[in-house]
Amino acid sequence: MNRPEREAAVRRLMEGTPPPVPPDLYPDALRRGTRILRRRTAARRLLWLLTFAATVTFLVWALTARPWVQPPSETTPPLTGW
Amino acid sequence: MRERRSAQDARRAREFEAFVAGAAGRLLHAATLLTAESPDDNPRARRLLTLALSHTYASWDRLRGEDPYDRARQDLAGRFARSAWHQYGGPGALGRSSRPHPGSPLARLTPQERLILVLRLYEGVAEEQAAALLGIPVERVRAIYARAMTTLLHPPRGPAPALAGTKVAPS
Repeated sequence: MNRPEREAAVRRLMEGTPPPVPPDLYPDALRRGTRILRRRTAARRLLWLLTFAATVTFLVWALTARPWVQPPSETTPPLTGW
Repeated sequence: MRERRSAQDARRAREFEAFVAGAAGRLLHAATLLTAESPDDNPRARRLLTLALSHTYASWDRLRGEDPYDRARQDLAGRFARSAWHQYGGPGALGRSSRPHPGSPLARLTPQERLILVLRLYEGVAEEQAAALLGIPVERVRAIYARAMTTLLHPPRGPAPALAGTKVAPS
């Protein structure tokens, strides 16, 4: 038996009787798919919210702490009596 | 905004329903061949297909011209490969440890052999694509395919080892 014949034989073997499609397949898949989509949306929203909160926190901290201003010197004594 | 979204949901659901009506029969047949269950009692195949279809639905808006059937088949194959890997305990165990239904035409094959045979012959996926899908070299796909064909067309005769075992110890 050559290759195409063998393949045809195996194909016939596999065709057989197709299983009946259960009627609840579509609603089930739709329900699960919708749930996946909803979860994805929720996760995306949460991530955006976290990003926003982190940005706000950083801005507030930066404006109150002003890390770019040179801190007053603590080693040199204040110059007085001129 | 809300109206547009609900319109999009409705359109997606409609397209998806048409897709399922057209493709579910063939995909379920392929899944049943993969799990080597009987056509009338195939809970594993149904579960695999439901999960694959739901993920196809979830990625429906991002398909961008890609064939949803390809997507579902890819998901199904990957899912089956992973489940076969996990269920039967680690590497090298894509072996004959499941309990295939004797009525299934592929009952004698290992899950991996079934997967490659179904992808290549039943679904007509090219060797290279099957290899890429499963993450194994093309040569390996070819070898497994040849082995599966041989096992199917020239089945090993009878349970010889069992017979040999009963003959020992005549005392």
